[in-house]
Amino acid sequence: MIGEAAVRAGCRFYAGYPITPQNELTEYMANAMAPLEDGTFVQAESELAAINMVIGASMAGARAMTSSSSPGISLKQEGISYLAAQELPAVIINTMRGGPGLGNIAPSQGDYFQATRGGGHGDYRTIVLAPASGQELANLTMTAFDYADNYRTPVMILGDGMMGQMMEPVTFPDPVDLQKLSPKPWKLDGADGRPSRVILSLLLDTAKEEEHNWKLARKYETIAREIARADTYMTQDAHLVVIAYGTAARIAKGAIKRVREIGLKVGLFRPVTLWPFPQRAILELSRFVKDFLVFEMSTGQMLEDVKLSLEGRSRVHFYGRPGGIISTPDEIAKVINSLYHRQRLELEEE
Amino acid sequence: MAKKVFERPKYLKKSVFHYCPGCGHSIIHRLVAELLDELDIGKKAICVPPAGCAVLAYNYLDVDMGEAPHGRGAAVATGLKRTLPDKIVFTYQGDGDIAAIGTAETIHAANRGENITVIFVNNGVYGMTGGQMAPTTLEGQNSTTTPGGRDPARDGSPLDLSQMLAIAKGSVYIERTAVNSPKNIRRTKRAIKKAFKVQMAGLGFSLVEVLSPCPTNWKMTPVDAAKWVEEHVTKIFPLKVIKDKAGKVT
Repeated sequence: MIGEAAVRAGCRFYAGYPITPQNELTEYMANAMAPLEDGTFVQAESELAAINMVIGASMAGARAMTSSSSPGISLKQEGISYLAAQELPAVIINTMRGGPGLGNIAPSQGDYFQATRGGGHGDYRTIVLAPASGQELANLTMTAFDYADNYRTPVMILGDGMMGQMMEPVTFPDPVDLQKLSPKPWKLDGADGRPSRVILSLLLDTAKEEEHNWKLARKYETIAREIARADTYMTQDAHLVVIAYGTAARIAKGAIKRVREIGLKVGLFRPVTLWPFPQRAILELSRFVKDFLVFEMSTGQMLEDVKLSLEGRSRVHFYGRPGGIISTPDEIAKVINSLYHRQRLELEEE
Repeated sequence: MAKKVFERPKYLKKSVFHYCPGCGHSIIHRLVAELLDELDIGKKAICVPPAGCAVLAYNYLDVDMGEAPHGRGAAVATGLKRTLPDKIVFTYQGDGDIAAIGTAETIHAANRGENITVIFVNNGVYGMTGGQMAPTTLEGQNSTTTPGGRDPARDGSPLDLSQMLAIAKGSVYIERTAVNSPKNIRRTKRAIKKAFKVQMAGLGFSLVEVLSPCPTNWKMTPVDAAKWVEEHVTKIFPLKVIKDKAGKVT
């Protein structure tokens, strides 16, 4: 799904290295690029080489993408830091698996901090998108290329093994007309009839590096203002709202459907952008929601962003299953049930 | 009438080199700039400078420049060249950059036969960081991290990356030269010219390893450093055409 969407988004350069659970995407790109005259697929010798090839292709003006899974994404962080510093657009797919270390190949959400806190060295942010369905996977992949070009910054799609293996019907958006994309007046294609261009990340002069950092910071502020996005489900009358993203959000939705059947007023808040985090929308909800339940396939990472967003205005509870364990909707429904009844009891006592 | 016999090459910016006296980088920069003009490829050239002393190459060479992370030149160049196959893409890298941290990127770019040119400047030391041992430091040679000289039992022996690259099927032309004498400088220019021509003809991976003196970190005078290249460095890294699958390229 990502592969086809990427091609339709105008991706013409893909470099990757084999790692489970995302090899289907690499194989898809090999076959999709082959018939395209202007398409390039390179099976790189390493994750490092792959992300650096993407740097080169991006410098040359191509819409470029690489993909990997958790341990491989750690290796790519060097390149992601350079992409941010050099203001180069690129799309990076992380199909998260259990960790740390080699971990396992089961779905996990343990890379939230790494993805949203920059991951590599230096003072930068990466746009992070978290799809929760096949259709959204396709749509957000196309959006990712637009964001990358518009803001000249790397964009990461944070999925997991479950997302990666899913089969769902998808309606693909029409292919982008490459000729109609905005020109890139910064790209490197030879200084013919114009002054030579330099794309660098070395700024030995501290005043220049500071200015560059502030420039990036202003850009990140703009991004935060413009693209923070979340999806809600039955939050209008909710006494309790579950906050989850990606696969965890789908499981949570199943749980909410079950508890709604027995009359519990519970809703779902699903961040679609993890960075920028949709903090205003959560703060808005806190006006009438006293309890939030954060559910993650980790020991609690997005939990920190939820707490920061709420500024202490509501109670935040947490339920997590790390290590590649996939909770069932019934399991989450039980957690919701007990929290919900505790809240009702408290209200009666008051 | 006065006749102009020497001038600044068109593709060299009007800035003063920051390189130390007796360093080979300024000579090699000049040779590259002259060739960009002579071969009429400056307008379509994209250079990938390294991390190291030549990191500031973009202050001197007046062509498009895309800076690579340390050692990743060949990977960045791969992305550039595959996207823009009609342009001339070359990396400029030191021995630490290419033969230590960037070994994998370089070997695999050569093995894939990427149609890029690599200018590999070998001065046997990490210059910019203050003179630590490089993969190419000679046995017994002093550096800040090899007290008493490089000891093969402790530090390993000099690595001949160019020979390793010659084994890769995709490499087309590899030559080792030096810039320690006028004769060797002329040979270096001929070698880089051929390397660019190999790329222009679309034949594949070309590399010129240039032995270059580093008087500052070798703690020698420029004259002694040039002599050291002749008397010691070329004994381990002999000047020669290491591989030539291209033959005569026009």
